[in-house]
Amino acid sequence: MTTAIKTTPENPFVRFVFWPLVALLGAGALGGIALNNGESINSLWLIVAAVCIYALGYRFYSAFIAAKVLALDGTRATPAERLSDGRDFVPTHRWIVFGHHFAAIAGPGPLVGPTLAAQFGYLPGTLWILIGAVLGGCVQDFVILFCSIRRNGRSLGQMARDELGIVGGAAALVGVLAIMIILIAVLGLVVVNAMRHSPWATSTVAATIPIAMLIGLYMRNLRPGRVIEGSLLGFGLLLLAVFGGGWIDESATLRTWFDYDGPPLALMVIAYGFVAAVLPVWLLLAPRDYLSTFMKIGTIFLLALAILVLRPQLQMPALTQFIDGTGPVFGGKVFPFVFITIACGAISGFHALISSGTTPKLLSNEKDARFIGYGAMMMESFVAIMAMIAACVLEPGIYFAINSPTGLVGAQAAQAVATITGWGFPVTVEQMQTLAQQMGETSLFARTGGAPSLAVGMASIFGSAFGNSLLAVWYHFAIMFEALFILTTVDAGTRVARFMLQDLLGNIFPAMGRTSWYPSVVICSALVVLGWGYFLYNGTIDPLGGINSLWPLFGIANQMLAAIALCVATAIIVKSGRARYAWVTAAPLVWLVIVTTSAAWEKLFSPELRIGFLVHAEDLQAQIASGRITGEAIASTERLIFNDQLDAALTAFFLIVSWIVVIETTRICFAFVRGRKTPAVTETPYEPTRLVEG
Amino acid sequence: MNSLLKLKQSCSTAWSVLRELSGDDAYERYLQHHSVTHPDEQPLDRATFFKTEQRRKWDGVRRCC
Repeated sequence: MTTAIKTTPENPFVRFVFWPLVALLGAGALGGIALNNGESINSLWLIVAAVCIYALGYRFYSAFIAAKVLALDGTRATPAERLSDGRDFVPTHRWIVFGHHFAAIAGPGPLVGPTLAAQFGYLPGTLWILIGAVLGGCVQDFVILFCSIRRNGRSLGQMARDELGIVGGAAALVGVLAIMIILIAVLGLVVVNAMRHSPWATSTVAATIPIAMLIGLYMRNLRPGRVIEGSLLGFGLLLLAVFGGGWIDESATLRTWFDYDGPPLALMVIAYGFVAAVLPVWLLLAPRDYLSTFMKIGTIFLLALAILVLRPQLQMPALTQFIDGTGPVFGGKVFPFVFITIACGAISGFHALISSGTTPKLLSNEKDARFIGYGAMMMESFVAIMAMIAACVLEPGIYFAINSPTGLVGAQAAQAVATITGWGFPVTVEQMQTLAQQMGETSLFARTGGAPSLAVGMASIFGSAFGNSLLAVWYHFAIMFEALFILTTVDAGTRVARFMLQDLLGNIFPAMGRTSWYPSVVICSALVVLGWGYFLYNGTIDPLGGINSLWPLFGIANQMLAAIALCVATAIIVKSGRARYAWVTAAPLVWLVIVTTSAAWEKLFSPELRIGFLVHAEDLQAQIASGRITGEAIASTERLIFNDQLDAALTAFFLIVSWIVVIETTRICFAFVRGRKTPAVTETPYEPTRLVEG
Repeated sequence: MNSLLKLKQSCSTAWSVLRELSGDDAYERYLQHHSVTHPDEQPLDRATFFKTEQRRKWDGVRRCC
């Protein structure tokens, strides 16, 4: 179908009737969503608006970028063809590459971000997901993929060094390492909060580890390389684990073995992360990745199907009063915080690593970059829309009861419901008890991090679509599904960060740079795990829930990486002599710089206790000084103070790194336009393709 | 009969797409590549190929958030 669009002139009917109708429908749906006042709307509106906007964005904007800005050339041999080695560089069918690329970019991010951002109401998040993706995220993925294809599949870090010089390259490298640490910590926290005092969830998640190992052994020794067989077997075992968790939960003695508070669970995740990083990949990481990819794609399709069948009403209003920054899920006004809370799903710098990693080495035709780069990000954005729907079909009172930390609404159930009801979102203790009972949990209060509320939303959607009797099973299925691929990210991220650290340390101590030297593996893995483990553990003891400080930090880091990627892209477009089209990447870049800078500034200097890291530290200090905090609490408060200062330092670091790259890029672009000397464009020379268009 | 044949064909296409997507047919593809590029060398056996492939594949960023 994509070839038809590319090669044949468009049918006048399609051109003059179909696309205007799509535009009209999209505008109507969007208008309906935005202008609706007071009444609850159907989730179908969001779906229709999303599909129309994606269709228009793909058909027109991405075509414009493909033809004018990048001038994709189908006659040019791709790295997959020229460097074909049967391993990394393999010319592959576009649908297969699309599948690989989508599976690689779609992680837990687009599920968690929208769930948290739903505290502002469904409107701000939805608009940012749609507009951000079509004009920002999809463009970034597409352009970086193209740049990497034209440079033999080089990575973002290498391209930054080549195009922006040593400063830009170093900033990109350090930025990636830092974002990895924060990302793993915050995702670890999401899992820990989902398992806290939930024997069912904990035992099910724990069971995924031996299951993955079993599949690893199966695929290595019993039936080498039989990936589908192994994955199906694993899928069966995972389902068994979900039901098994229910049996454990019912047994009075067994359930105590899996009933833990946040901090011990955090220590377990940290220990797991270390063991997973030093174990051989075939035993844990690779089979876990197979299972999580199967689960992820399967569950996303199931969710889309259920939403289409059910078309649930959204209970959350379009806007809540929390756009003023007083929201309980995380502190901060809708601007700029919605734009950093939802990173994956709108624009995510992390994608640039995939678009300049495995994917560019697989494309058999350069023209497929549009379908794969732009198209796969559209799919990811759609996943974010579904997560938004799943969060907004919950009654707002329930949503806030699940997602508000105890430090804010009170640890007692009666106190919490009174606070939340006082905000105008009625909820009762009985309601929460019944819900927890239905979901097979003891309590759903203050289960921050987004995973539990997403699981409740998914369970209620799945339950209504496919039978309500198994709500508890659906809930724990959803938790298992999220935990499965979050733990995959924890493993894979720790490994990647370890490689980077080994690479960095290798410059100082050459022995450390040998990636398979065991002492280096253990030391570097331990350093990486300690890095994220520190943030994770402190997140679990933070009375404000940890998510409140870690998720914005992650969002800022991720958007900063996106800014670096867009800088590289803009520099390449300018240096290829297409400066008049540089706005295509420069516009989202400017927006991201505005958003991350103002968010980082607020996180540093806001006088609000829940927003500004520094003012929060000062407040705690004052509380100790005035004797309001005494005894044992002093030690933990001092740790919180240090933590705030560390978070502030990291935020400042992210801010400085991204500004260095932006200034470097601006300098190089202006120097080029004025004809002064700049790092040369590194595109590989043209070679005609010999592949027959398939 | 004709439609049955068509169904059979599309099922086998779907199966091969699934195999390629999941990497289930990686060894067959390797053999094919090997026979073209190094016809005089002995290819790795299935188990060894899978082992080296898995180790190699994870030496980089493979998954996103």
